[in-house]
Parts: sequence; structure tokens; C-alpha cells
Amino acid sequence: MDTGMSPHQNKPHQSTPIRQKGLSAKHREWVAGYLFVLPDAIGLLIFLGLPMALSLVLAVFEVNGFGGYRFVGFANFVRMGKDPLFWQAARVTALYAVLLVPLLYVCGLGLALLVQKTNRFNAVMRAMFFAPHMVSLVVVAVVWQFMVVDKIGVINKLTPLLGISGISFLGDPQFALLTVVFVSLWFLMGFYMLIFLGGLQDIPKEYYEAAKIDGASPFHCFWYITLPLLKPTSFFVLMVSMVAAVAGAQAFDIIYVMTKGGPANSTAVLIVYIYQQAFSFGAFGYAAAMSSVLVIVLMLVTALFFVMTKGGRFSYD
Amino acid sequence: MTDIPSSAYPSSSQVTIVRILWMLITAILALMILFPLLWMVSIAFKTPAESFSANLIPSEPTLENFKYVLTGVPFIRYMANSFFVSASVTIIALFFHTMAGYALARLRFPGREIIFLAIFSTFLVSLPVIIVPLFVIVRAMGMLNAYAGLIVPSIFNAFGIFLLRQYYVSLPREIEEAAIVDGAGYWRIYWSIILPLSRPIMSALAILFFLANWNAFLWPLTVASKADLWVVQVGIANFRSQYSASWNYMMAASTIVAIPTLVLFIIFQRQIMDSLKTSGLK
Repeated sequence: MDTGMSPHQNKPHQSTPIRQKGLSAKHREWVAGYLFVLPDAIGLLIFLGLPMALSLVLAVFEVNGFGGYRFVGFANFVRMGKDPLFWQAARVTALYAVLLVPLLYVCGLGLALLVQKTNRFNAVMRAMFFAPHMVSLVVVAVVWQFMVVDKIGVINKLTPLLGISGISFLGDPQFALLTVVFVSLWFLMGFYMLIFLGGLQDIPKEYYEAAKIDGASPFHCFWYITLPLLKPTSFFVLMVSMVAAVAGAQAFDIIYVMTKGGPANSTAVLIVYIYQQAFSFGAFGYAAAMSSVLVIVLMLVTALFFVMTKGGRFSYD
Repeated sequence: MTDIPSSAYPSSSQVTIVRILWMLITAILALMILFPLLWMVSIAFKTPAESFSANLIPSEPTLENFKYVLTGVPFIRYMANSFFVSASVTIIALFFHTMAGYALARLRFPGREIIFLAIFSTFLVSLPVIIVPLFVIVRAMGMLNAYAGLIVPSIFNAFGIFLLRQYYVSLPREIEEAAIVDGAGYWRIYWSIILPLSRPIMSALAILFFLANWNAFLWPLTVASKADLWVVQVGIANFRSQYSASWNYMMAASTIVAIPTLVLFIIFQRQIMDSLKTSGLK
């Protein structure tokens, strides 16, 4: 089927009317454009757009296990305010994000600086740093669970070297969240290393050469050239890791498989609590209400980020 | 102040020592990071009696754990499900996303920028946030406990469309012109010019999509409760709750699940890491 006509064509006048069947070249391009975008547009609308809208709608209903709906107004939001487990989950989520995001930033950037130079050795090292990110989170969670299993896991054999022993990493509410943060860090930092490597690549080498001539130390170079010029990358990393910590499927997988939110709800982040409310207790309306709060918080934080960084734009000076 | 010349121009032996130290630290760190995976493989080959001893190399390596996992549990079935779902999602997603990317990058039509922005704005929407309404929608469409429910919702994501669009924007305008002069339609341009040109980025994306779907857990867990539709990640999570004390079986199962992705990674590490690196900004 011939749909395209070009203004560059040499003899358009004979063939144009037959080929175009009443549509001008411009309109043919329009139609083609819409048709090409259509499958993805419909899919995204049904499986991403609609759920986002629906979570607001579901939030004002009570849904029973058999799919029956009853309008309850703001009852789900009132219930949220009075639910101590919701506030506990909000606290755990905030703590998880506040611990994980800075650690990811520092470790991601640290690893990137370590293997920044392009050579064979560093290529192998990069791959090794990144390898954990290739393994499924279920496997990651199971393997780490085994490594820290009460008193006899291999980590418990190593901790006496640091002067501590007999810690129940996943059984003690004091340590469970830290353990989960550590495993998340282990899994995610290779990815952020890659993002930072991309950012470091874009910094013009001339800056470092000029600084070297002026006698600047490596620390000065890092502080006055690397960090300021990495601002766009830093923004992206903080943004994405924050969203990943609060609402990411990866955080869900690790926590759900390792602890199911326990012990004593010490690792029950909001997304795990929401999931349990929906799929263990059938409280879809209540779960949707909590999700919509989460969406609004995420949007506010994102907006705040954008305002603070003047729309995500940075000047290179 | 007097030592500035020597630090600005360090002797070559100093440089060598610093470089060797640097490499040593990097290598030790890399081994520490890899240790849990090595440990997993190690236990998978150990006998139950040995699974809590601290030696990395098993004293009497055995294949019994693998045999047990592959015969005692329908792991082959889980893997076949995972493979079928991941491959289907990858192929359909590549087809749809190249189409959308091509239109958004190279065709002019009203509303194009708005459509692109709308797609881009779903970038940060994550599955746990929409899982409850998504489940309700998929249930209403009658796709619970069906391959369609596992496959269709996983196809659509902004990341692939975005990367492909960026790629197509960077291609020179001239490449279509000859085809247009020949009177080729947009479908032919897409099929016989754009698609062949996008082979490198498509292979990178294919690997990424396949891996992401092979490793996915939350959605398959939610949408398929029937055991013969379980993918391998759900299977292994369930296996763990049944055999919580048999760590050697657990690690053998984990190794079986992790090996395909690690092998893919070793073969395609450059493509995988490069395409993820460019997903940062730009």
C-alpha cells in the first residue's frame, strides 16, 4: 500500500491524484502517525492511565471479596488516619527511603569513580559490580535470607571479626530494616554506578587538564569540577532512587520475600502494607485510598524537586 | 608548599604503586560484591550436612540438589512459562514500541508533542502504586489466571518507547528520502528501512525486556494463582515456603533461575550496560 508522497518527487502531477485517493500528503502523514502510535497509546491508557484514575475512584468505595462495591465517601481516608499500622508503614517507608537514597548516591558515585577510566580491567570490574542487578530479586532475597539466617548464616560467622555476634538480622525488629536496606543497596548500586558513569563521560576532559596545570589536587578536581558538572545526573539519580525506594517494585520484591513486612511490622513499607490489605484481606477500596495518597505524596516530592532545581535545568557555571 | 612540584609531577614508580593499590581495592570490592552469588552456587553443589560450613569450595560436590529440584518440583514447567511470557512480551513490545518511536520521532502530526509528553509522564509510575486498580481492570477483562493476563499488561512501558524515539531522532533525514522518491508508503519505510536500521538498539532492548520479564515477580504473583501458570520467580518463592529448612535445595533452585540471566549478561554485558547508561539523561 502506497501512502507516502513527497514534495521532492519529480513528476508528482500525474501520479498524485491516483495515489492519494483524496487525502493530501500532509493528511496521509497525520493518519500514518496516529496509526503507528495507536497500539502503544491504547495499551498505556488501559494499563497505566486508567489504573491511576481508577485508584482515586476505588478509594471512595468499600469493595468486598466477591467484587461487590459500596460507596463510602471518605470513610477509607478517615480509617487511614485512625489506623496505627498505616502510620507505622508511613514511618517505615520514610526511614527506608532516608537511609537508602543517600547510600545509593554515595555508593553509586563511589563505584563509578573507582572504575571511571576506560580500560580492560575496569570493564571487567564494572561488569562484576553490576552483576547483582541481573539476578531476580526473589533469588536475591532468598540468598541473602540464607546468608543472614539466625545465628548460623555465613554472615554470622563473619561478624565476630567486627566484634559483634549472635545478631538475628531478620528476626530482630531493630536490625531487620537495616538488613533490608543493605540488601537493596547491594542490588541497586550497580545500576546507579552505570548512570553516574554516563554522567562522568559527559564532563569535558579539558576542565581537568586545565585544573591540573593550575596544580589542583584530585580532591579539588572532584569538588570543584566533577560534583558541580554532575548536577543533572545527581538530580536524576536522587529523583529516581527516591521514587524507587518509596514505590518501586524492587523494594516490594526484596521486602515481601525476605520479611513479608515483619518482624512486628518493622519492615512493612507502605507498598507492602497496601498489597496485604488488598490481596490478603480483600480491602481493595482501603488499599486504593492508601495508593492514591502515595501517588499524591510522590507527585508533591517530585514537584518540590523540580522547584528546588529550577525545573531540572542546571547552568554549567 | 615545597612538595607541590613532586605531587604535581609524581615519579613513574609512585604512579605505578598508586595504580596497583587502586586496582587491588577495586578487585577486592568486586569480589565482596559477587560473594553472595558465589555462595549461592557453592551451596547448590554442597551436601545438606555441609551447607552451613564456611568453606566456599564444596568438599564433595554433588548434583543431587539439582536433580531433586528439577524432578521433585515442576521447575521445568515454571521455566517454560517464564520463557513463553518473557519472549511474548519482548516481541510484541519491540513491535509496538518501534512503531510508536518511529511515528513520534519522524512523522509530523498534530498532538505529537502532547502524546510524547503524556507517555513520558508515565515514566515514574511504578507497579506497586497501581497494582490494586490494575488487578481490578485485568479481572474485569477476564484475564486472571491466563497467559494473556501475564503478558498483555507487561507490554506497555514508556522506557522502551522513549529510548527508541531518541534513537530515531538521531538518524539523518536523508535515509527515508530515497524511499519517498520511489513512492514507498510509511509502512514500507518503517518495515524495510527503519526496522533494519534499528537492529543494534532492538537487540539491546530485547535483552533488557526479556531479563526484566524473566525476573518479574510482583505482577505474576498477583495475576496467576493457578500453579500451572506460575512463572519461575513465583515458583521459587513458593518453593521456599515449603522447603524452608532445605537450603541446599533452595540454592540449587536459585542457581537454576539465576544462571540464564547471568549467562545473558556475560554474553551481552556491553549492550546491556550501554543501553542502561544512556537511559540516565539526554
